[in-house]
Amino acid sequence: MGVIRRAGMFILQVNPILCDGFGHCAELAPELVHLDEWGYPIISHDPVPLADIGSYESARYAERGCPRQALHVAKVNAPAPITNVAMPLPSSVSRKRRPL
Amino acid sequence: MIEARTLPRLFAGATNRPLSLEAHEEMFRPAGNVASLLDELDASGLVGRGGAAFPTTRKVQLLRNQRGHKYVVVNGMEGEPAAHKDNRLLSTNPHLVLDGAEMLATMIGASRIAICVARDNPTVVHHVEQAIHERARRNLRGPGIDLHTPPWRYVAGEESALVHWLDDNESLPQYRPDRPHILRIGRGPAMVDNAETCANVGLIGRYGAQWFRALGTHDHPGSVVVSVTGAVTRPNVLEVNLGTPISSLLASAGADPAPQAVLLGGYGGAWLRGDQINTPYCNEALAPLSLSVGAGVAAVLPRQACGIIEAHRVVRWMAHESARQCGPCAFGLPALAEDLLAVVRGGRDGVAAIARLQDRCNVIEGRGACRHPDGVVRFVRSSIDVFAADIDNHLRGAPCAGARSSQRYLTVPALEHEEDLIWE
Ligand code: SF4
Ligand code: SF4
Repeated sequence: MGVIRRAGMFILQVNPILCDGFGHCAELAPELVHLDEWGYPIISHDPVPLADIGSYESARYAERGCPRQALHVAKVNAPAPITNVAMPLPSSVSRKRRPL
Repeated sequence: MIEARTLPRLFAGATNRPLSLEAHEEMFRPAGNVASLLDELDASGLVGRGGAAFPTTRKVQLLRNQRGHKYVVVNGMEGEPAAHKDNRLLSTNPHLVLDGAEMLATMIGASRIAICVARDNPTVVHHVEQAIHERARRNLRGPGIDLHTPPWRYVAGEESALVHWLDDNESLPQYRPDRPHILRIGRGPAMVDNAETCANVGLIGRYGAQWFRALGTHDHPGSVVVSVTGAVTRPNVLEVNLGTPISSLLASAGADPAPQAVLLGGYGGAWLRGDQINTPYCNEALAPLSLSVGAGVAAVLPRQACGIIEAHRVVRWMAHESARQCGPCAFGLPALAEDLLAVVRGGRDGVAAIARLQDRCNVIEGRGACRHPDGVVRFVRSSIDVFAADIDNHLRGAPCAGARSSQRYLTVPALEHEEDLIWE
């Protein structure tokens, strides 16, 4: 196994409209995600280096494991501007407000 | 105290009826020194008047580079319950706003203009309808103008919610991870501009940038429209030069000369202390106090009012107005309102609530799809800071006389039942 060099950073982003607070992400990526008192994820906005393989893998796990597909791993080159592609809403997902 | 007078710029020739197309053209004659609209707009340095103060030229450039069937959306929704400026503009001179929208449409190459007015303001809707008819009768060639009347909600005036309504009949904000984000109606890019911004574009297109920059500050040129409300004898909407002392704005509405505090920028804004009311009304002077001109609201709170009770009323209403799409906003804002209520009631629960409020503010900030929760957090933080003495009294169980009286000063609409809220 050769050493894979990875340059750049990534951010785990959550779409708060899609997220329903199941909290799976906090189990799949405990190093990146905390839950607030209502069960919604708190994710740091600071980019994480891709070289941190452990974090990156768990971010990918969380992205795949989110039942609402609300998570997105965005790659960033420079830390300052966040320029990733806008996530289109899947047409099957209803955006109706949920009862309080 | 010098009373600020309303400027004759946007409100030139205003009577209590809307100007007809003829009267409007008589009043605002093109000066003929505008060679290129784009250059003039760029030189004028106009920034959006909806609250975010985003440079209008940057928006125009962004949209010019887009392809497709473009739209100009005029935001006359007047989300702030304390503000009346969009309504006043659209019911004194709707043609100026429409002129500006047409100029913007020419600049970005848009083929349609959508003007949005809340259906809860039937008079304004009627005036705008009349203006559109007058133009249609004239058979002016240009982009088609449509009037849209979404239901009035606080967040319905947010730009992505407005575009969502035009696109899909739902007044709910959209998720935009990358900024600036191009909003789309169907596949067509849309540019959303506040009614006041459009009216200013209408003036710049006539008289040029140099005339426009004669008023205002370097970074924020031109005049602004302010609604002065709260504990005033004559609630007033006036157009002022940026940099006018806030105390003279208040004097023009007949406010108490020594208020306890003034809420600037609307219900997502922050409080100015009563002893700072000689600050000039412009972003440069307000920024060190972490305040901003925002959506052009100054709501006066008199000495005898209980600040913390008023803050609770506002936050409770704002929590109710959340679109309930995002967890931190749907659950966090009612939690903030409950904490404030605990502070109002005082006692040991109140002491715990104050500590919790700070933590919850930090947790909620920046985690909604739109800026609604951030505005509430700003308001709560500023209330805790400015009404510290009131809070102390409440926690000691000795609230002031204002808390015992039933008189309230800020306009907060009645809470509707959850089932009666209309979003589409
Ligand atoms: S797993 Fe997805 S839906 Fe669940 S809390 Fe995390 S982001 Fe939200
Ligand atoms: S932050 Fe609040 S108001 Fe904004 S979209 Fe989310 S739930 Fe709606």
